[in-house]
Amino acid sequence: MFEQFKTRAQGVSAEVYRFPTEAEAFAFLVAFLREEGVAEQAGQYGVFAACPFLDRVDRAPLAAIEGMSFEVTRERAAAAKIGISQVDWALADTGTLVQDATAIDKRLVSTLPTIHVALIATAGLRPDMPAWLADVRPEQANYIAMITGPSRTADIERGLTIGVHGPERLVIVFIDRMGGTN
Amino acid sequence: MQQEFKQSIDKALHNANLTGALGKFSEAYKVNRAKAYEGIDFEELRGRIAELKSYAASHLEELSDLFQKNAEARGIKVLRTNDPAQVREYILKVAQENGVKSIVKSKSMATEEIHLNPFLEKAGIEVGETDLGEWIIQLAGQTPSHMVMPAIHMTKEEVADLFSKEVDERLAADIPRLVKVARNELRPKFLAADMGISGGNIAVAETGSIALVTNEGNARLVTSLPKIHIALVGIEKLVAKFSDIAPILKALPRSATAQLLTSYVSIISGPTPNSDGSMKDLHIILMDNHRSEMAADPMFKEAMQCIRCASCLNVCPIFRLVGGHVFGKVYTGGIGTILTAWYDELKSSEYIQGLCIQCGACKDVCPARIDIPAMIMEIRRRLAKKQGIPLLQKSIYAVVNNRRLFHGMLRAASLAGKPFAKGTKFIRHLPMFLAELTDGRSLPAIAAKPFRDVFKTIDQPKNLKEKAVFYAGCLIDFAYPEMGEALVKILNRAGIEVLFPEGQTCCGAPARYNGAYETAAGNAADNIQALLAEPADYVVSACPTCTVALDHEFIATFESLGQHKWLPQARQLAAKTIDFSTLVKKLVDAGRLTLKQGQELGKITYHDSCHLKRTLHAEQPPRQLLQQAGYELAEMFECDTCCGMGGSYSLKLPEISAPILKRKLQNIKATGAPVVAMDCPGCVMQIRGGLDQEGAPIRVRHTVELIAEQVQE
Repeated sequence: MFEQFKTRAQGVSAEVYRFPTEAEAFAFLVAFLREEGVAEQAGQYGVFAACPFLDRVDRAPLAAIEGMSFEVTRERAAAAKIGISQVDWALADTGTLVQDATAIDKRLVSTLPTIHVALIATAGLRPDMPAWLADVRPEQANYIAMITGPSRTADIERGLTIGVHGPERLVIVFIDRMGGTN
Repeated sequence: MQQEFKQSIDKALHNANLTGALGKFSEAYKVNRAKAYEGIDFEELRGRIAELKSYAASHLEELSDLFQKNAEARGIKVLRTNDPAQVREYILKVAQENGVKSIVKSKSMATEEIHLNPFLEKAGIEVGETDLGEWIIQLAGQTPSHMVMPAIHMTKEEVADLFSKEVDERLAADIPRLVKVARNELRPKFLAADMGISGGNIAVAETGSIALVTNEGNARLVTSLPKIHIALVGIEKLVAKFSDIAPILKALPRSATAQLLTSYVSIISGPTPNSDGSMKDLHIILMDNHRSEMAADPMFKEAMQCIRCASCLNVCPIFRLVGGHVFGKVYTGGIGTILTAWYDELKSSEYIQGLCIQCGACKDVCPARIDIPAMIMEIRRRLAKKQGIPLLQKSIYAVVNNRRLFHGMLRAASLAGKPFAKGTKFIRHLPMFLAELTDGRSLPAIAAKPFRDVFKTIDQPKNLKEKAVFYAGCLIDFAYPEMGEALVKILNRAGIEVLFPEGQTCCGAPARYNGAYETAAGNAADNIQALLAEPADYVVSACPTCTVALDHEFIATFESLGQHKWLPQARQLAAKTIDFSTLVKKLVDAGRLTLKQGQELGKITYHDSCHLKRTLHAEQPPRQLLQQAGYELAEMFECDTCCGMGGSYSLKLPEISAPILKRKLQNIKATGAPVVAMDCPGCVMQIRGGLDQEGAPIRVRHTVELIAEQVQE
């Protein structure tokens, strides 16, 4: 299922990574933020929306990166290069991420920055939308967001262009052993 | 107005950007759509969508009540109204009560339907479209030319000019750069807006949820950043269950843009927190605006199943020539014609409905299984009933309905055509006002001796065990009697005696396709009596349009008119009717007819006639027969795209018919085959005439003629 997801997601220009543990994913994240030059400078901020992953890890190495913030405001997110959030499910047949995005900060970090990094427990993989529908209860989430690749348009001469109003890059990080799940 | 409409067609046809962009898109679309649907049972999927949407259309009131109840329970304010004016006023009132100065919108056809933007702007509120295509046309002061790709008619150079003015900087026509400019220009508008307005692709009654499907991410911003969100949703978007979104989301992106899923789908089921901790002021407007009337009309209820993918535009041979500024109003193309007739008024569709050539390509790809051509025919019928048939046409139908007079005139035309035919089988030029008819296409000369006279001279073998009534149709009877002779020869070999009832007349298709159902019903009654007079095993025709008339449309015409007198006989006739190739394939398979063995007849290409392929679904028998006879089949590009004939269409809109024909001829020539076969004498007339005028040495033959040459003596 993961391989199918990866193929589909890469097919729509998403970048897909997979790590066995939270610690390895965390190390990747820190390295990625540094590599992308996150800094205390408009256009270079990093914003991290509250999520179970963030609650469990020792965020000190992240907090040590200048420009990273965990209090997500519109202004901060709008001037951020990287936004990070945790998503809840992944649909293999279309390479789609699904998130209970009721909390506004989750949407701010995934819509406004140039790059969106999405963390997901591998256990959240579902074969397709009907399988996901069996698990989800919309009455518990006022805003469900499905994300399939970065923002795109073909409105000018049908030329496919990535990154219109949303992120130009979508980086997906699967974690096999995430928190209480395996 | 008629003249204005003709001028708009002319303008579109001469707009190389438009026809180039639409043409290229339609070619790519076909391939990409097929790829997107790989591994999916399309018939099963669209069956499910048709079923769930049809259920919703039958339970609009109930589902609206349920939606309202569930949405309100979750803190959503719901307005239900039939009246576009009330929608506009409601939105303005919410805006004014909250001191709204600027609004950002994501794409919504329903807001365009009610002309919301100018109304709000007039009240001093700034309204910004944020979908890139919509923003482009807003800046250009235009209307969308396509439901999914609103600015497909514009070049990057034109967009660069528009954006340059907007940002006061000379921009190059570089697409990624232009997209970046749009991002940078619109970002502050999103952040500053006091209100967001969206449409809704799906409205789920059982949860009070709406789903928004986008690629750019603008709908996520429109529904997240401003503190007020109003969604305007037509009631045709209602579905009963949350699980109903899965089949729709499976089909919509694949059919619309050949994507497996769009970049973003947002499912909103209640107010969410704003970034300052307050709660979103969320309104959903369920708008009727004639939709429930449409649902209550048995002939049009099916249109409520539309999921607005616009695939009917993308496969339409007419749309790709003229685009949405000609073919439609707010809603464009095939489905747009139907929606315009209802949401606006019947009269608004008066000219655009005439653009449909009835090829049926849209019906084949519709993910909601809507019979768009049939509904356009019904619009035609209602318009004809309401406004009458133009005098000239009326007098023609009066003639067509009188078989003796009609056939007498055709015989006379055989003599009258002589000076123009100059001893060939074509009329290449007609004088003066008729000249358009031979523009790009030669017309066949009317045969000196119609088939009905030739038939009497054919000596058929005695004591054949089966009988078939041959329905010739006007073209074979009066222009191509040799096709009829070929058919008799083949059937005789298979042990079938051919009967030719003299009382048979025009199948009524020309009248029907022009909305003159009374005339068509008269033709149907005459033919039923003639064709059923003698007992026979089959009623066979070598014209797919006639076959469809006998097999489907006599019944449909009587039903539309509420005439029941001839219905049982019409059904009896339909049960016996079969097209030439299907019958002959059966006879060959049953061993009753043998084709010459070991023939090597060289390359051939095959043109699918619209009615044969898309109504009779008989595209395989002629191909198989020709290959069995010894031809090597070389398929042409777009083999099943209409040739532009469309019966009287080519006479009414020759300026559209001609470029469609030209394209067909190019595709035929590109195969390098010296022969092109087809099963319809109308297509033969169109394509043979086109190739004659081009002087191309390609033979155009009806399958019946080619097979007659290859039957074993």
